[in-house]
This record gives sequence, structure tokens and C-alpha cells, in this order.
Amino acid sequence: MRIRARICATAAVASLLPLTGCGAADMTQQSSPFANAQGAKTVTLSVQSWVGAQANVAVAQYLLEHELGYRVDTVQVDEVPAWDALSQGRVDAILEDWGHPEQEQRYVDDKKTITRGGELGVTGHIGWYIPTYFAKQHPDATSWKNLNKYADRMRTAESGGKGQLMDGSPSYVTNDKALVNNLDLDYQVVFAGSEAAQITQIKQFAKEKKPFLTYWYAPQWLFKKVPMTEVKLPAYKEGCDADPAKVACAYPHTPLEKYLNSDFARSGGSAAAFLKKFKWTTEDQNEVSLMIADQKLTPEEAAKKWVEGHESTWRAWLS
Amino acid sequence: MAAITVFSPRTVPAVLRHRAVHKLALLALAAAVLVPLATARWAGGAWPDALTVDLTDPLTRASTWIVDNRDTHPLFLYFFGHISNAVVLSVRAVYLVLLAAGWAGVTALSALVAWRVAGLRLALGTLAAFLTCGFLGMWVPTMQTFALMVVAVAASVLVGAVLGLAAGLNDRLDRALRPVLDTMQVLPAYAYLLPVVLIFGMGVPAAVLATVVYAAPPMARLTALGLRGADKEVLEAVRSLGATARQRLLTARLPLARKELLLGLNQTIMMALSMAVIASVIGAGGLGDRVYQALASVDVGAALAAGIPIVLLAVVLDRVTGAAGSGSTSSPKTRRRGGPYALVAALAIAVAARLMGRLDWPDAWTVPIAEPVNRTVDWMTDHLYSGVPVVGGTADWAAHFTTWVLNPLRDGLTWLPWWSMLLLVATLAWLIGTWRTALTAVLAMAAIGVLGVWTPALDTLSQVLAAVAVTLVIGFATGIAAARSDRLERALRPVLDVFQTMPQFVYLIPVVALFGVGRAPAVAAAVVYALPAVVRITTQGLRQVDPAAMEASGSLGATSWQQLRQVQLPLARPALLLAVNQGVVLVLAVVIIGGLVGGGALGYDVVFGLAQGDLATGLVAGAAIVCLGLMLDRVTQPTERRPKKGA
Repeated sequence: MRIRARICATAAVASLLPLTGCGAADMTQQSSPFANAQGAKTVTLSVQSWVGAQANVAVAQYLLEHELGYRVDTVQVDEVPAWDALSQGRVDAILEDWGHPEQEQRYVDDKKTITRGGELGVTGHIGWYIPTYFAKQHPDATSWKNLNKYADRMRTAESGGKGQLMDGSPSYVTNDKALVNNLDLDYQVVFAGSEAAQITQIKQFAKEKKPFLTYWYAPQWLFKKVPMTEVKLPAYKEGCDADPAKVACAYPHTPLEKYLNSDFARSGGSAAAFLKKFKWTTEDQNEVSLMIADQKLTPEEAAKKWVEGHESTWRAWLS
Repeated sequence: MAAITVFSPRTVPAVLRHRAVHKLALLALAAAVLVPLATARWAGGAWPDALTVDLTDPLTRASTWIVDNRDTHPLFLYFFGHISNAVVLSVRAVYLVLLAAGWAGVTALSALVAWRVAGLRLALGTLAAFLTCGFLGMWVPTMQTFALMVVAVAASVLVGAVLGLAAGLNDRLDRALRPVLDTMQVLPAYAYLLPVVLIFGMGVPAAVLATVVYAAPPMARLTALGLRGADKEVLEAVRSLGATARQRLLTARLPLARKELLLGLNQTIMMALSMAVIASVIGAGGLGDRVYQALASVDVGAALAAGIPIVLLAVVLDRVTGAAGSGSTSSPKTRRRGGPYALVAALAIAVAARLMGRLDWPDAWTVPIAEPVNRTVDWMTDHLYSGVPVVGGTADWAAHFTTWVLNPLRDGLTWLPWWSMLLLVATLAWLIGTWRTALTAVLAMAAIGVLGVWTPALDTLSQVLAAVAVTLVIGFATGIAAARSDRLERALRPVLDVFQTMPQFVYLIPVVALFGVGRAPAVAAAVVYALPAVVRITTQGLRQVDPAAMEASGSLGATSWQQLRQVQLPLARPALLLAVNQGVVLVLAVVIIGGLVGGGALGYDVVFGLAQGDLATGLVAGAAIVCLGLMLDRVTQPTERRPKKGA
């Protein structure tokens, strides 16, 4: 089998080059080779690395498969490359975008290869957080002005002589290095490198009731397991984060958006119509996220549970 | 050769010492002239700014140009576009064939192939492996990975064989290709994902092409080796029969090189499979993607469920192609006799399953392993992380390791003036190799400075050195123990297999859970990854020591410890050096994984570049890692690898 398949593949490669070689080959419009196999209608959704995004995709996937008869493929892609993949048609939709003005300009306004899919219904917010058990003991630690007082308590082997401000995945939007610098904080930004590593570390800290300061964001299921309190940063004003080097203010509240591949939006039939209508609340999303990440249900099981309990919500997306 | 080293230990080192002194004197002379010049011009410890080239602007412009022109420029429309289409179409073709055969058909036919090629035991193993993939609920992803692998391996074999043919038949091409293949092999795969993605976009084409870059070199090398190694007398005989050059190649040289060709195929498959997971970061789908997605929800159990099929595929493909290479199976006659019946039986199974509408793996037949695995991991972190009486928790060890080993090492390296670093590299590389290797190493090190990432590169270097040290201590100890006990070696083999083929992503969470976020878990991940190779090479090297020498020393009344120290280890020196070299290269390959658990430095920059589509940061850091790899490879490369020029 394997050998035969290899021969087939070699023959295919050899014969396809001249075959496709007659004209221009547009690789900007090319879907996944695993899509639409066996005559099934397929939708490919991009999943980002955080659990909230997994929850969106799980529920959309469940409904697409069980109510609309599609097959759904999911691909994990980081935020910025996901835009590129979306414009090329490698994925059909992003269900949760935290705001990428540069990409919006390029793909939505200029190239028109990506279409806005409306709001997800969830508002996202990035901020600095300390565990609530620590905030209760030291209420003044919840303002950036007093953070230096606690730098000693936040020190780790990695942060050198300073306090540790833990950042997450390199794919996330962050101004933290500039913030630490511009607000004169005695902290060192330590990048956990991935959200998985960051969550694992936060859980470890919480188990020992150690104080810590971390970059984090809402909505997030982890708040249910490790209650955290936001640290007040200088208030956000429109445009205060325009120059990345001079940022000295908090992160904005972002209504999360959906984006569809333009071709898919036009000719995606009931799947595209459904994804455009898909809209739920922060509580809904957290409910599913918690089932996935903490109770370790598979995304499918979690989606099933949610779908069974919220028929009135999703019926509206199908009409 | 070996006897000389044992019985006249004074002569060889004397010669070496003489040569070493010679080299050192020359280097000291060069340093005496150049260093004052350098310090006069550019003072300070770190690499001087004046000697750096900032590539941010051109690289950013290049990446913007690519994105803007990808759908219009002829280069993309008529060249890359066709490659990309061909890859997509062939992966799709294979995938559809696999789906059409159904799980029963694929399993039966694979078992049949394994039986024909490698005998009954491996056929049963193959059967069990495929069924396990199904039971783990991973059938469809396994088939996606399989389809990707088939195409990637076919392309790698094609590219590798062409390069190997060229190098095998032409001396000048051989010399020209060797450094290229060398470089391709020390390149950590992550480093060039970004440019490939930029050109081809996320997804399968980029993944397949990145895999080819990674997996083609062993095929090329072994093809060339096989062609060059063909028996001179046989060739002479064929020539005297009046065969043309092409006939000689097809009827004599290639068949004679069969063993090397099959070994090349085997190596290529293994490399491609390890890349299948890394490629999931750029949207290759399949099993790698499942591992990657499971990690997002910090679910080690689910990651393991997707990791096990990868290990199984690797072990099955390794053993089957390995058996084909050594030709040590049941006699061809018996196989030929049973062949047609078995083929009919396999086809019948496939058709029957198809008629019964059982193409997809039945959902009910899955075994959930995620939960017990996660419970185990939780238990480990609950009980080992901190507060263990007397020895302290793993978190404490990690903190101590960071404070007492990693920090001093990093500070020391960054404190060293830049020119002394170059001098150090030159000395080490020259003492162990030739002036050529020394020059390559120094140039590679200097390139890091020129790229403007001197400080992060030294940070990475400190992590690599620490990881290599730990790997060697554990690896040599385990290797020695395994070489002295057959039972231990047998017990170790499956463990090493698993660690060597298990996707590195799977142990990201466990290392963080045990060691916290930072450089310590990065080192731990690197050690886990590099250890199997070091143990294997050490064991093999020690076992291959001439038994006569061992017996001789035994009869002279040497104790077991004396035997080991004075006979076995010195005689196995080449193998041990190779183990060091492999340890270094493998550790460096995981540096970027370290970036995912807080290792920072270059690894983080590459991940950042990939995640943000930032070519300037990602590519420069990737190039620096490559340079670091080249430098370390040359510094640790035993002279034996270049016998003609070395001694």
C-alpha cells in the first residue's frame, strides 16, 4: 500500500507539473488538500492557541456538523499568519480576532480577499493581574503606582534582581516592555513563550499561594480556577498606544470580531450564513472553555453539552 | 591502530602535543597582532555596533513585497504556484486513496507490505500499530499525516537521489555539495519555516517543502556513499563486458548500492516524520496539529494520544525499511509463494469493509487515555514541584540550576570581550579539527555579531552548553551501564525509541509543570531530546571495543573499573566524540522549543517572528541559530570525520 501510494504520488508530481504548467497557477486561492474529501462539504476553521477561541470553534463545528451536515477541519494558526491563511483560502473563517488594524487595512480594504463577519458578542480586555488572595492582603498592590513596593515579593530566578512580570505567547499583542520602561517599574518582563506554559506556571503559583504579576486577558476560563484581580494602569485613551515605544497607558476593551474569506462569504452557502450570525456572550464562551480546559472534556463533548442546554440561542443562528 | 594507542601511549600524544603547540603558537601570534588593533578601535565587551549590519529594513521590505505580489507576480504565478499546486494535488490524491481504502483496507495492506518486506513479526507489529492509532481515536489525523509523509518522503527521496547521483558520479560536484549538505543537516528546522511560509503561505505546501529541506540530505549522502563504495572489481568486470556508462550505472552501481539506498530511505523517513510535527506550527494539519491543539488547553493526555501514533508510525516505518535494507528476513521463496494469496485476502478485507460501509474508524472503538495520563501528570506536579523533604522540590532544583549554573555561565560569556570569544572558538576548533574547520567556526561566530544578535546568541549558547553538559553526564553514565549489562540495554531500547520519536511538543507542559517557566525547563526539554542519541552512540561505541583488548587487560588482572577507564573508554574515544557532537546538534535543535517555555533569547525571537509574521526578527534569529549550530558542530567535530585532511 505504502509503496504503491508512493509510486502514485511520484507519478502525480511528475505528471502534474506539465499538467498545471500550462497557465498561471494562483496559489493565493488554494484550499487545504484535506478539504472536501469524499464529496463532503467542508469548512476549515482557524483555531488560535487560547481556549476561548477553541470554544468558539468547537460550538461552531458541532452545529455545522450536526445541524447543517458539513465536515469541519480545524487548523491551529497564530494570529497574524491566520490572516494570511484566511486571505489565501487555506482557512475559511477566523471566529475571534483581537484587532489587527494593519492586516485589516491590507486584506479587507485593499485586497478585498477578506470580509468582515460581524461581532462575536464577546468583549476582550488585556491587562495586568495579580492573584486575588494577594490583592486581599495588600489592597494597594492593585494600582501600578505601588507595584515597585512589591517587586521583591514577585522575584524569581528568571527575573534577576527585579520583580517578574510574566508575559505569555509571542503571538499576543503586548506593550509590556514599553510599559515597564515608561512607568519606571522595577520589573523584568519574562516571556513564558506559550499560553500553555503560562497557565501551568500560574496554577503552580496559585497552589502555593505565592504572589505573582502576570499579563492576562478576559474572557478567560482560568479566572474561575485562579481568581485574579486586575492592576490599574494609567487609563486608556484613544490613540495613547499609537507609538509602541511611548505607550504608558492601559490596554483598550476590544469587541472581538469575526472574519471570513471573501470567496467563502459569497459562495459558502448555509455555512457562511451561519458563521456570520454566530454571536454569543462572554458567559457562554467561558462555560464551554471551562469544560474544555478544566474538566478536560474534548471540545466536541463540551460543545455538545452547551448546545443541549442553549437551544434558543443557537436556533437564531441557523434561521 | 587501536593496539598502538593502548600499548605505546606515549608516541601518539607526543605527536599531537607537538602539533597542538604549533597551532597554539600560530594562534597566539595572530592574536598578538590583531587583538590590540581591535581593542584600540572598538573597546568594550559586547560585539561593536560599528561592525553590525541592520537587516530590519530590507527584510521588512522584502516580506511586504512578497505579500503584496504573491497573487500577481510571474515568479509566483508560474513557478511557486505550480510547485504549490502540485504538492496540494498529490497530497490530496494520496489522502483520497487512503480514505477510499478505509481503515480495514489500509491496515490490511500495510501489514501485507510489512510481511513481504520484513517478515511475519513486523507484519503483526504493523497491524497492532495501525489498530492502536484507530483505538486512540486518531484515524483521520493519522491518515492526513500519512498522506503528507508519503508525498514529502517521495519528494525528498527524489531530490536526495538526484543530488546523490550527481555527487556520486562527479568528484567536483561532490566537493561542492558536501558543505551544502552539512549545513542543511545542522539547520534547526524551525529556523527556515518562516521564509517558506512567507512564500507559500500557511499550510501543506510550505510544510512539505520545509520537510524536503530537512529530510533530503541523508538520502543524498547515502546515495553518493553507495555509488562511491561500489566494488571496483565488479565495475571493472562490467566495463570489460562492454557496458556503456548508463548500463554500468543501472545494472551494476545502483544495485550494488542497494543497501545504502535503503538506509537513506530509512533515514529520510525518520527525519520527515519528526518534521511532520514541527510543521504543524505552520498549519500542516494531521497528528502534529492535534498535539499542538491539545497543548493550547494544557492537556498532556490528549497530546500524548496524538503523539503515540507518531511514535508507532516511526517505529514501524523504521523497522520495516531497516529490515528491507539489511535483507535479513525469511527467504524470498516462501514469501513469493504466499504473496498472491495474501494480496487477495487483503483486498478482500478492504472491499468487504467498504461494502459494509465501514470506511471510517467506528467512533465506539476508541479508548480514552487522556484522563489517566492527566491524572498522573497532576500527581507528579502536586507531589514533586515543591516541599519534598530533604531533596527539595523540582522547582527548587530549577531555581538553583538557574542561579548557580545558567546565570554565571551567561554572565561569563557576555562578560568575555568579543574578540576573546572568537579566539576561543578558533583555538577549540583548530585543536580538534583542521584550519578549515576553525575558519568556518570563527566566521560563523563573527556572523552572529554582524547580524546584531551577539548578546541573545550568547544567552542561547549558555543554555546549550549547560544542556549539553547535563546530557553528557547522564548519557555517558547510562551508556556505560547499558554497555555492561545486556538486560539493561534491552530494557532501555523501547524507552529510547519513544523518547527519540515522541514529538517534543508533548513534553512542554510536563517540563513547565515540574520546573516552572524559564530557562531551566528549556534545558530539561533539550536534555530529554538529546539523551537517547548520546546513550545509543556511547553504548554502541563501548560494545564495539575489540574484545581481545578487553581480555588482555582482564588477564593482566585489571579490575572492572580499571578496564573501563584505561581500555574501553580510550578505545571508544571516536564514538564518544561523535556522541558529544550529536548531543550538541540535537540540543541546539530544541532551543526553539525552549522559546515556548520561557527560554527566551534566540528561540523566543524565532517563535516571535513566526507568530507575528515578522521576517526581520525571525529570520535574523534563525540565521544566528544556524551560525551557532555550524560553530558548535565544527568545534566538536572529531577529526576522524575528515580522515584525509585531518591527520
